Amino acid sequence: MKLNERSLAFYATCDSPADNSGFLYKRGERHTAYHRRWFVLKGNMLFYFEERDSREPVGVIVLEGCNVELCDSAEGFAFAIRFGGTKSRTYVLAAESQAAMESWVKSLSRASFDYMRVVVRELEKQLQEMRSGLVGGCGGSLEPPGPWKPKPSELEQSRERLPALPAIPPKENGCAVWNNALGADRLPDASGCGGHDEEENPRPPPLPPRRRVSNGEAASARAIVESPSTFCRLHEKYSREVARLRQDWQQRQR
Amino acid sequence: MRYNERELLSLARQPAEKAAEIRMRVPKKGSVLKKRLVKLVVNFLFYFRTDEAEPIGALLLERCRITKEEENVFSISFIEEPERKYCFECATEEQCQEWVEALKKASYEFLRRSLIFYRNEIQKMTGKDPLEQYGISEEARFQLGAHGQ
Repeated sequence: MKLNERSLAFYATCDSPADNSGFLYKRGERHTAYHRRWFVLKGNMLFYFEERDSREPVGVIVLEGCNVELCDSAEGFAFAIRFGGTKSRTYVLAAESQAAMESWVKSLSRASFDYMRVVVRELEKQLQEMRSGLVGGCGGSLEPPGPWKPKPSELEQSRERLPALPAIPPKENGCAVWNNALGADRLPDASGCGGHDEEENPRPPPLPPRRRVSNGEAASARAIVESPSTFCRLHEKYSREVARLRQDWQQRQR
Repeated sequence: MRYNERELLSLARQPAEKAAEIRMRVPKKGSVLKKRLVKLVVNFLFYFRTDEAEPIGALLLERCRITKEEENVFSISFIEEPERKYCFECATEEQCQEWVEALKKASYEFLRRSLIFYRNEIQKMTGKDPLEQYGISEEARFQLGAHGQ
């Protein structure tokens, strides 16, 4: 198989900073003698040179799908790069100090493209969630107006009768919880939540309009992002409804 | 240059981020466009004869330039040798654009820049370093200002 070796060599020797570099002893494949080589780690490519100032690497180890392990070898500070697969080779390397060995094991075990990709996707997701969370808030107070607090039993009741809402899972900021708990109409005498269908059955509240997210990446976050004004309007509407119901309920208790 | 060919061949058999039959020309004198199975796996672009299991070759996509050429065509060249172009002729302009987009993001260096960017953004918003949970916050390769960032 051809490899773009010239470009590879350029990549190895160019002045882009290495993720790790230093002398390591590399055990030979056929002969088990160790050879001291200058190693340079860039991304998921581990290059090795005969000398520190060699113009071209002797070779490269592509670090995808490997495990890095410590060795019980008689040579001190030895570790191995092991690949899966039956006929795969294991590269045995030895550092010149404990610190060097630990540094190499750490950087090699996280050197794969796959690992980087997992971390980047996780951070990307975190950032998107943070940004959606900010927009979903009202800006102002998230508490319902007045002293109203949901009675536990009422809340339990309404939760049980909630239809499965595909939209907003409960979140820490309380907004979505508020929506979920009351949004679907199931308080006993609820009549005004978002209107009725033909049979006079209370309908779940209308979903707020989908806000177009500004960049392409966030399109994958399928959470419904509500515009603040719509949310606040709905919020107000439900809280008025609830206040009214509470008043009714309280009056009936007398 | 020696390299762990077995592992690279194994990588070529992994599920690809993108794969398609595309006509390709290598930067060699007298070479012509030939139909190849082109497969993107991590930061490698493998290319196969359409009926073969083992790739003819692999391109490591670091320090490369992806250029949209004429209609349906894009090229890959490497920074040190910009005139040596690997040319790819797609079936449609849409396919061509998709490949250009995908290849531009296919390098380790691009991932690194993305990581540094997200890390910085999250830190600005929360005051906390999101890499701490991975135990890699101290690594030089993830610092803002590293690698010409």
